[in-house]
Amino acid sequence: MKLNFLTAHELLEPPGQGSISSGDIVSDLKGRIESVEPKVKAYARQPFFEKALNQKLEAGWLKGLPVSIKDNICSDGDLTECASRILCGFVAPYDATVVKKLREQGALIFGKTNMDEFAFGSSCENSAFHPTHNPWDLDRVPGGSSGGSAAAVAADEAIMALGSDTGGSIRQPAALCGVVGMKPTYGRVSRYGLIAFASSLDQIGPMTKDVRDNALLLKAIAGHDEKDATSVKTPVPDYLASLEKGVKGMRVGIPKEYFIEGMDPEVREAVNAAKAKLSSLGVKFIEVSLPHTEYAVAVYYIIATAEASSNLARFDGVQYGFRAAVKTDGAEPGLISMYKQTRGQGFGQEAKRRIILGTYVLSSGYYDAYYSRALMVRALIKQDFDKVFNECDLILTPTSPSAAFKIGEKTDDPLSMYLSDIYTISVNLAGLPALSLPCGFTKASLPIGMQILGRPFAEEDIYRLAFAYEQSTHWHKEKPKL
Amino acid sequence: MAISKDEVKYIANLARLGLTEPEVEHFREQLGDILGYVDKLKKVDVSGMSPMAHVLDIKNIYRPDNISPSIAPEKILKYAPQHEGSFFKVPKVIE
Repeated sequence: MKLNFLTAHELLEPPGQGSISSGDIVSDLKGRIESVEPKVKAYARQPFFEKALNQKLEAGWLKGLPVSIKDNICSDGDLTECASRILCGFVAPYDATVVKKLREQGALIFGKTNMDEFAFGSSCENSAFHPTHNPWDLDRVPGGSSGGSAAAVAADEAIMALGSDTGGSIRQPAALCGVVGMKPTYGRVSRYGLIAFASSLDQIGPMTKDVRDNALLLKAIAGHDEKDATSVKTPVPDYLASLEKGVKGMRVGIPKEYFIEGMDPEVREAVNAAKAKLSSLGVKFIEVSLPHTEYAVAVYYIIATAEASSNLARFDGVQYGFRAAVKTDGAEPGLISMYKQTRGQGFGQEAKRRIILGTYVLSSGYYDAYYSRALMVRALIKQDFDKVFNECDLILTPTSPSAAFKIGEKTDDPLSMYLSDIYTISVNLAGLPALSLPCGFTKASLPIGMQILGRPFAEEDIYRLAFAYEQSTHWHKEKPKL
Repeated sequence: MAISKDEVKYIANLARLGLTEPEVEHFREQLGDILGYVDKLKKVDVSGMSPMAHVLDIKNIYRPDNISPSIAPEKILKYAPQHEGSFFKVPKVIE
């Protein structure tokens, strides 16, 4: 079998004697990419085939494993354009902390994956480069914003990948592409070198072919970083060591507000079947209530856009990326014209929409009615979770209300696109860890994902439950026909 | 909730975002819809709650004020749209 079809843990511990060289892995990935990438378009640009092979590898336990990273994570000397015209030509002058950590442990940075511009979107259609296609059905979206990472892993064009998650951007594409994606606890992974979208919500996390790989990659990137003051000093457990501890007696909450109308019946069935499977493994389910769930999307689109409008102020044509050829009419100073024209031409439609919404809710006269109120409801949403976690250890929900939708289906209706994040958003608002893993397929052979939520820093428990479920099913072994 | 074209233009100016006329109209409609949707927050009883900007209970973090190497200026200036010497170059600010 070609090496690109294997998981990281299989490559690290090949059966029999001997070891696998990263050159062989890269060469098989290259072959795969040449054959399927024209259809999938998972990468932002061509991966580093030559460079990857010539990279000086550190001796580390990751033994030259290639990792693909989202185009909003800086890697020294590489184009890092956030799938935006405004960062066109930007070469990162330093490594993000996650990249530095990966290199130190012997991994190889293999390529940059496509995304929605600045991580604004749930479909990967808002990329300035090209939309990415779902490997399970090329007419459908891979989800977003880390759609390129999800599609690359699902199509075996990557061994494993990093994404970033602000409102579901790791978990929703993981669900739609049938891979495993973890949004770690806020503060678990350093954000240094991640191009910021909403700083109080963003986290980098692993997207992989199975749960063991996910735990392995999180172990490699987690930990405190002096360069990110919001990263915490809580020690990083060995996620791999506790995977097989079993789930007998675990109490898992089912929030009644998540099983609502509008959920695709096939998704409901798949999650219910997973529940039955887990019960047979000894998990105890209880119904719980998260009463402020219905406000999460509204709270999110105020807070996330407010923070985004502020973070995106730095893209003004001065320090990096694109600058418009300025035409000044003399009515305003040349510098102001340059800012406006650069930003007007450099940002895509969704980025502009969010900048305007974010600026509006922060503007004088509206701040209290929108922004400040949203922050108070955010506190209520967090409080709901605090209460529920007195009754249960973990929470189980669907990841997305439906399987992958058609390319173009929601592009003209931002609100309906925003609502596709309904199950993933609360987790970011409350800073919790959550993982999506495959739990079945629709009749049309599209993957369905379920989501496991935990208390802050309970990634270990999440992995235990996910691993027990995965080991008793075959979903993660299915491959798209490409 | 309806918002006017002038409001969109006012906000775009605050954000230094150049918009075309069709964009102004397009965003006016869409923002009206989105603001209409988020209006549901007005129903929530938030009495006694304080705004939560951040989930972590961490205060200011300080570290010793030591001099350490930074990224070389040439490396940063290399990818700036325009630079001169060790400066970013911008259009004339003062007439």
